[in-house]
Amino acid sequence: MLIKLTGGTVYDPAHQIDGKVMDIYVRDGRIVERPRDGEPVSQEYDLRGKVVMAGAIDMHTHIGGGKVNIARTMLPEDHRIDPTVHTEFCRSGCGHAAPSTLTTGYRYAEMGYTAGFEPALLPVNARQSHLEMCDTPIIDKGGYAMIGSDDFFLRMLAAKQDQNAINDYVAWIMHASQAIGIKVVNPGGISAFKFNQRALDLDEQHAHYQISPREVLKALSRAVHELGVPHPLHVHGNNLGVPGNVETTLKTMGAVEGFPVHLTHIQFHSYGTEGDRKFSSGAAAIAEALNKHKNVSADVGQILFGQTVTASGDNMRQFANASHASPKKSVIMDIECDAGCGVVPFKYKDQNFVNALQWAIGLEIFLLTEDPWRIFLTTDHPNGAPFTSYPHLIKLLMDKSFRNDMFTKLNLDAQAMSTLNSIEREYSLYEIAIMTRAGAARLVGLHDRGHLGVGAGADITVYTDNPDREAMFAKPDYVFKDGELVVRNGEVVKVTWGSTHTVKPEFDRAGIEKDLKKYFDTYHTMNMEHFKVSADEISEGGHSRVIVQECKGRREKTA
Amino acid sequence: MEHLSQAIDLSSPGTIEAVTCPACGLLCDDLSVERRADGALKVIKNPCAKGVKFFQYTPKTTQPRIAGKPSDLQAAIAKATEILGGAKHPLLSGLGTDIQGMRAVMNLAEKSGATIDHMNGKSSMRNLLVMQNSGWQITTLTEVKNRVDLLLVVGTDIVSYFSRFFERNIWNPETMFGQDTSSREVVYLGGRDLDTSHGVSPKGVQPTVLPCDVAQLPEVLGVLRAILLGKKVIATEVAGIQVSDLAKLAERLQAAKYSVVAWTASALDFPHAELAIQNIVGIVDKLNATTRSSGLPLSGSEGDVGAYNTSSWISGYPFRMSYRNDYPDYEPHHYATDRLLAEGQVDAMVWISSFNPARLPPSSKIPNIVIGHPNLELESEPDIFIPVAVPGIETKGIQFRSDSSVALPLKQLRATDLPTLGDVLSAIEAGL
Repeated sequence: MLIKLTGGTVYDPAHQIDGKVMDIYVRDGRIVERPRDGEPVSQEYDLRGKVVMAGAIDMHTHIGGGKVNIARTMLPEDHRIDPTVHTEFCRSGCGHAAPSTLTTGYRYAEMGYTAGFEPALLPVNARQSHLEMCDTPIIDKGGYAMIGSDDFFLRMLAAKQDQNAINDYVAWIMHASQAIGIKVVNPGGISAFKFNQRALDLDEQHAHYQISPREVLKALSRAVHELGVPHPLHVHGNNLGVPGNVETTLKTMGAVEGFPVHLTHIQFHSYGTEGDRKFSSGAAAIAEALNKHKNVSADVGQILFGQTVTASGDNMRQFANASHASPKKSVIMDIECDAGCGVVPFKYKDQNFVNALQWAIGLEIFLLTEDPWRIFLTTDHPNGAPFTSYPHLIKLLMDKSFRNDMFTKLNLDAQAMSTLNSIEREYSLYEIAIMTRAGAARLVGLHDRGHLGVGAGADITVYTDNPDREAMFAKPDYVFKDGELVVRNGEVVKVTWGSTHTVKPEFDRAGIEKDLKKYFDTYHTMNMEHFKVSADEISEGGHSRVIVQECKGRREKTA
Repeated sequence: MEHLSQAIDLSSPGTIEAVTCPACGLLCDDLSVERRADGALKVIKNPCAKGVKFFQYTPKTTQPRIAGKPSDLQAAIAKATEILGGAKHPLLSGLGTDIQGMRAVMNLAEKSGATIDHMNGKSSMRNLLVMQNSGWQITTLTEVKNRVDLLLVVGTDIVSYFSRFFERNIWNPETMFGQDTSSREVVYLGGRDLDTSHGVSPKGVQPTVLPCDVAQLPEVLGVLRAILLGKKVIATEVAGIQVSDLAKLAERLQAAKYSVVAWTASALDFPHAELAIQNIVGIVDKLNATTRSSGLPLSGSEGDVGAYNTSSWISGYPFRMSYRNDYPDYEPHHYATDRLLAEGQVDAMVWISSFNPARLPPSSKIPNIVIGHPNLELESEPDIFIPVAVPGIETKGIQFRSDSSVALPLKQLRATDLPTLGDVLSAIEAGL
């Protein structure tokens, strides 16, 4: 079966294609160069005048796992305002801040997204994360395994074990949790909170292990690099949300000593202490540092106004923020000497000084960071806002007058503290395609996604070019997932189930499992073998299948 | 992965290691089970009374029944489909199953416009209502095992529900952080005639026991919380407990580095017990202003934690939700099994109980379909009975532990002709 997409205006930054009129052929779910001799076109779509991009990729979105499901369970009042009804193709569910898995998949697809990556997959909770992601239709998914406050790793670091042993452990975790990346959240801090430390700065000592977050970052960024994992260490830094944390963030960029690193929801880590209220924008300093450090990438974690829920592995900071909860409730957990979580509902208000400035800080970072290949469009769903607000965010980036109109409605004190309305930049379609497609795929390590080259998976989104970019990106004309038409005119017309992307770095399993087996038997409450999620579990029920993306293998070894 | 694929012959005798036991919410996975040539199973390592009983079962029947008469599976499924197809508002209750079973329950519920509730709905809701009202600060079993220095147990002895709790999580020989576990302190607050022997430390240190009627725990917890909040308490005694003893307990909680306050909602069986749990949550919240403390809501039996998690991710709501409209609808009081039956709101019931042959459907006059454990000790014959494979014995599965953070694989331990719950429900769904 050969599909021809005729005459669309193509934006494919992976191949430096910036608005070129082209035909695209799709056979058996893949993009092909042209029909074979005599091969008939089974179906043709006339895309003349339409904008064609690869399917969008959300490289940081909380869509599956314990804390997301806690958020769902604790917010019936939020679901009630957004029930989603059963249709010919879709099952019912609920939407808004913490949507049901089914609704999550449908709504991503309806916006032209074809993949989303859960950034805080707790290894001990990985089975649940994958169960939920497998019940998330249409889109591809994957997860970054969260370590760095787990006792096994911290004791390795405290014992000054050699980097090869740490690399083996990191690889073991990635295999066990079927992950495609490694994330660290408040390095060492989640553990420190369990020892009643209430803050942990980059060079502060953990009370028990006597190691610092800097050492955690150094060891993990190096491990990820040496294992050949394409996605750099994904870092949620220390001091999230704390005024003055811009200094921590700038130091964090240097702490990895040149190894690749991705700083996530950097907006929440870009706060200064200037002004009467001791809260100011650190965006200019952050953007300048991002422009300079080529080994560093970031996603923004933009906040948008309204009700949402924050769900994070950072129980230390979420505990501290719980007093700001709206509605007033929070779930804070210590988890298995491995991790933690904190779920705090939040309502961002444009007349609140701090919230308004947070909004401006995020946009300043987007607009002052020069290289769109190293900055990514996220709201840290649902922490800054639900992912369904992406079309609105794209409009803010692409339309200066709209942005300035919004800015002038903000809390006046916040306006006085921001340079946003003096920034002229407007993102182009090409730059949006980099941030949400080509760059995201490259960052995550999806070799056959995020582009429209021959051999790529045929995840393709077609829009009507519309000066109102919010309307344009909210409702694509067509979305193809692996070559199948799944969305027409912004509505799901076919439900497929997507795949789970992973990497499987090489490592010395026997060596590390000798220690781990003993460790599990002595200290844990589960068998080491049960910690591992198998590919069979993911494919059970036919809702997903594991795809192993290429991992280049160890780049170097210590002696 | 070798630990899940059952390449070995399930009919030959042998010993299976690292078996997960779903007989209670602790989900111990350190059992060894011996299988005889006839398929009989025996726990030979780490037995407890519940686990032994769970694994020693052999099916008395594999044959479905329609109105008490043996039938084949197709006929039973056809009849069940007819009943559900004719119902305006069916109820799927019991829900004693694993995650794969729950996924099939959710599919059938949506297809048939049903309301769902769990056999432990009443006790689970005591916890869920608190979580939805104020949230809470809680911990998990491995944290308890390695960190707790003061365990406060409220209204239960724990072991009546979770036999190996103290053995595995309190008196464990080693901890990650070098704690001498025999120095751990245990306090029982509330309840009468509890088995507090498990709270005696290996060195013989007796636990503190402050007994009262469980129904008076709201007052007792209220006073303890008031003391911690620094409020003036005029009374000298509450529910037979000296206020000075509660003051001492408050001091110990404040001095502890990682106290854990444990309860099991099913033991708190009095009206509005959620308000007592709310007070526990308030106590933990106050303690965390200066030190570390966590709640530990113990549950997970009959798959209740797995059931509410699955329902939450698929529909947005834990159980007591309904598909009677075109969208999921949640009513934690109205959609209770007992109430729906008493008020005549539902016109057909499917009762699912796969783990425990003693957990029976409530009596009702509406058409009822019972699907579950082959040896269910039914008091009256349902319209249809379909025996299914028990997860963890006759079929593999996945189950959530009490603390909700851990989901573990269940193994298939012997060959069977029994269908899975998923097979049966999917077949019914396909016929609707």
